[in-house]
Amino acid sequence: MTHQEAAPEPTGTAAAVAEPPLLDVRDLRVEFRTRDGVAKAVNGVSYHVARGQTLAVLGESGSGKSVTAQAVMGILDSPPGFLTGGEIVFQGRDLLTLRREERRRIRGAKMAMIFQDALSSLNPVLSVGAQLGEMFQVHEGVSRKEARARAVELMERVKIPAARERVGDYPHQFSGGMRQRIMIAMALALGPDLIIADEPTTALDVTVQAQVMDLLAELQRELTMGLILITHDLGVVADVADTIAVMYAGRIVETAPVHQLYKAPAHPYTRGLLDSIPRLDQKGRQLYAIKGMPPNLTAVPPGCPFHPRCPLVRDVCRTDPPPLYEVGPGRTSACHFWKETLDGAR
Amino acid sequence: MGRYVIRRLLQMIPVFIGSTFLIFFMVYALGDPVAAMFGERAPDPATAAQIRRELYLDAPLWKQYLHYMGQIFQGNFGTAFNGQSVIELMVSAFPVTLRLTVVAVVIEMVVGVVLGVFSGLRRGRGIDTSVLVLTLVVVSIPTFVSGYLLQFLFGVQWGWAAPSVSPEVPLNELLLPGLVLALVSLAYVTRLTRTSIAENVRADYVRTAVAKGLPRHRVITRHLLRNSLIPVVTFIGTDIGALMGGAIVTERIFNIHGVGYQLYQGILRQNSPTVVGFVTILVLVFLLANLLVDLLYAVLDPRIRYA
Repeated sequence: MTHQEAAPEPTGTAAAVAEPPLLDVRDLRVEFRTRDGVAKAVNGVSYHVARGQTLAVLGESGSGKSVTAQAVMGILDSPPGFLTGGEIVFQGRDLLTLRREERRRIRGAKMAMIFQDALSSLNPVLSVGAQLGEMFQVHEGVSRKEARARAVELMERVKIPAARERVGDYPHQFSGGMRQRIMIAMALALGPDLIIADEPTTALDVTVQAQVMDLLAELQRELTMGLILITHDLGVVADVADTIAVMYAGRIVETAPVHQLYKAPAHPYTRGLLDSIPRLDQKGRQLYAIKGMPPNLTAVPPGCPFHPRCPLVRDVCRTDPPPLYEVGPGRTSACHFWKETLDGAR
Repeated sequence: MGRYVIRRLLQMIPVFIGSTFLIFFMVYALGDPVAAMFGERAPDPATAAQIRRELYLDAPLWKQYLHYMGQIFQGNFGTAFNGQSVIELMVSAFPVTLRLTVVAVVIEMVVGVVLGVFSGLRRGRGIDTSVLVLTLVVVSIPTFVSGYLLQFLFGVQWGWAAPSVSPEVPLNELLLPGLVLALVSLAYVTRLTRTSIAENVRADYVRTAVAKGLPRHRVITRHLLRNSLIPVVTFIGTDIGALMGGAIVTERIFNIHGVGYQLYQGILRQNSPTVVGFVTILVLVFLLANLLVDLLYAVLDPRIRYA
């Protein structure tokens, strides 16, 4: 996938075109070795993000989108998770060749992660000031007092009202939206180049979702960071992402610039996802749903993993796993019949 | 917070009255203290009656209890049959047991928590399994077996520690008895810490701490341990009371003249003022230890705030 084509969004994409990607994940493979067998949670995933760009990774739960992110961050639960192949090139260095200590210094400082459920992801027994300030104390060796002052600055930056008074409060004393702001502040603390947001708004009320998403997008533009946005919510993606990678059963099935994907998906799975969005102008009609269930990762179907659920399935799909076809500039699809799908969508 | 403490202190009153009355009832109603005073010989009825009158023993039980309580609150715990005042016995016995308890609790906390953390972080591996088996063995052995065994091995066979404690009760001589006293609780603390750590190590906030790029030791001590110790602290707190009263066997084995020793003597000789007095104080210690644990909760876990 190359970025010959500058997306029309005013997100500074044009400036990023010539640069080598900030993060380049190549053919990543992760297995979970459990009693029930080996689950190939990530099965040859490649994607890349440039500075100032937003990549949305879309998929159902169990598609491997979070596991890929955890592998990139280096926070995979191991065991049972094992990295079995691939490269994670970040700012020109393959992270997998680094020593544990070098890797740790990058975490939090150069790349940071925002988790889904801020209540459980923040430590319940430490004040938010302590948890924010800790970033400066550990990575920059500043004093406790200085760290606290910087924690207040961070809280102000993510627009938490009365930051100075609330810096000593505990996570449970904040509302859901404010807690997620604290998570964002924590990720921003050391001015990272890459932020991975794993379903950052899923646990929030719809009204708060938009606010948090706007804040994240705004900060990303301001600081020209790379952003990987992991989500299963197509609505969230449309406004903020430059590129979308759709994952299914541990593989990327389609990559495309966001507007092209919405207009004409090149994979039946993406098509199904788009068709599942409820639409106001079709009120009264039954909602579309992709039939069947996502596969059990210890026993992924042969051929194309999506074939048991695919409306376009033919014999070849049951036997031959499709390669990633180059569908257009910056577009790939893992479907033998991408052309038909693309045409059918038009 | 202040109101909470006051409420808790008030709640202690009925518990205190109920438990002390029960002890009082059992000791006074189930044995004749005057008969016990005379030992093997049968007392002269007239003398016995006079002693009963003098000691307030001819009054109904509830009156006796009220009288006793009244005296206690004036600092008078009565006189043991040998003429020594019970207060005097307490002053000599409690500091000794307190030292023994402190030694035991420190051993239990340090060794138990460290073992628990190591096995909890390596759940299912070799260290974990051996620790689990070891704690199971320790829990299954009664103190009088482990006590005599360790006394024999360390004190007699290898001569690493004094087999019995001298009257001055120096701390170094309390190490072995402290270990014996702590042993069973130590096993519980280890298991409790292990379970708690193994549960919390998969918690989201631990993952966040790792994602923040914190060094491993900081993730474990500051984030994981702090959360995992909450149930352990509860156990240790309530255990302090149990250890102080439960040192009877250990104190006897190592000839320590503490609370357990005095209680044992008191029960053996049906020396009721000693028994009731000591147990009353133990009830108080237990209640206060429990209160302390509840207050410590709020310190460890800010989600628990007392209105």
